[in-house]
Amino acid sequence: MKLALDAVLVATLLVLALFSLAARQARASAIGFMGFGLVLALVWVRLGAVDVALTEAAVGALTGLLLLGATSLATPAAQPSRPLRLALAGLCALVAGGLAFLVLEAPDPAPSLAAAAVEPLAALDLGNPVTAVLLAYRALDTLLETVVVVLALIGIWSLAPDADWRGAPMVPGADAPSPPLRLLARLLPPVGLVVAVHILWIGADAPGGKFQAATLIAAMGLLVLMAGLAPAPKLGNTRLRALVVGGPALFLALGLLGFLVPGSFLAWPEGLAKPVIVLIEVALTTSLAVLLALIVLGPGARRPRA
Amino acid sequence: MSALADLFTGAMVVAGLFFFLAGTAGLLRFPDTLSRLHALTKADTLGLGLIVLGLMAQAPGPLAALKLLAIWLIALLSGAIAGQLIARAARDGRG
Repeated sequence: MKLALDAVLVATLLVLALFSLAARQARASAIGFMGFGLVLALVWVRLGAVDVALTEAAVGALTGLLLLGATSLATPAAQPSRPLRLALAGLCALVAGGLAFLVLEAPDPAPSLAAAAVEPLAALDLGNPVTAVLLAYRALDTLLETVVVVLALIGIWSLAPDADWRGAPMVPGADAPSPPLRLLARLLPPVGLVVAVHILWIGADAPGGKFQAATLIAAMGLLVLMAGLAPAPKLGNTRLRALVVGGPALFLALGLLGFLVPGSFLAWPEGLAKPVIVLIEVALTTSLAVLLALIVLGPGARRPRA
Repeated sequence: MSALADLFTGAMVVAGLFFFLAGTAGLLRFPDTLSRLHALTKADTLGLGLIVLGLMAQAPGPLAALKLLAIWLIALLSGAIAGQLIARAARDGRG
């Protein structure tokens, strides 16, 4: 029974992957890719990686939106030359083949750091080993990840002409929002925010955490903006920019404090690991939510709306 | 008791799947956007509701059952509104 379920999932995944590669229109490709992400999230659940599944579902929906937006802007490119396409196909086949070989040839039992990751959980006062990896053992990776998101936003903002880049971004559909969308934008955000805080809070002990929560908050914010219930913020706003860099800056500052107390960068003081991690998670969630929403909204536009 | 619950779950999930099947058939076979949307939203809403009802009988506690119910209510809301939005886009010739 479970084998049949897995077989259906894998077959659907492969069909969706082929569809988004073979689709003639870029828009169809993007939609196929969003479906692929959703099925992939189910596969992660089947593999027991619920944290990854939640991230895939949340961030996948957001990147799908970005891809859809990009397809409406992009002009159809000329077909690349045949040798180039063959070389690309060869490269992709090599990577996929290499990964398949490694997975199939992995020694049994596979080498695992799981025991090492679970063992110090009590000292950190955490129940979810994934959160411990992200914010205690490998905090540097998480710090760099959030900085990368800030850099992405700076890159997007720099696409605006000089005169407009402090203005509010254009919100698609906000000039003439339809009544059903306005209804949804009034009903859903309270529910979405409660779920986001829940996901953030249980991240310490169960699957969940800042990225998933931040994506949900960003989506709720975008919904309100697209329904025209609130004007898009001006990108030059100092408070908005402080929100954007606040989380990463706090993370960095606490990391530097680690030099003083336990004696190394990004090391948390003995006994205070849990409060420090919670503080960072909350600050990063706020920053990431604003960042992700602003990335979707894009650069400042010519007609700043009041 | 648990055999009765299993029977209930089985019946509800099968009934729910039937509506999903009917909705999918409608999506593939109906001639225009509005009829396809009609088939899809009705079937998905009712189908998901029946499946959730069936699964609530298997929930370990009242809290888990309420979570399932909340999932259905949110799907109901977003499904109905997404249906309206697509229908309006189709009517205005943007579909």
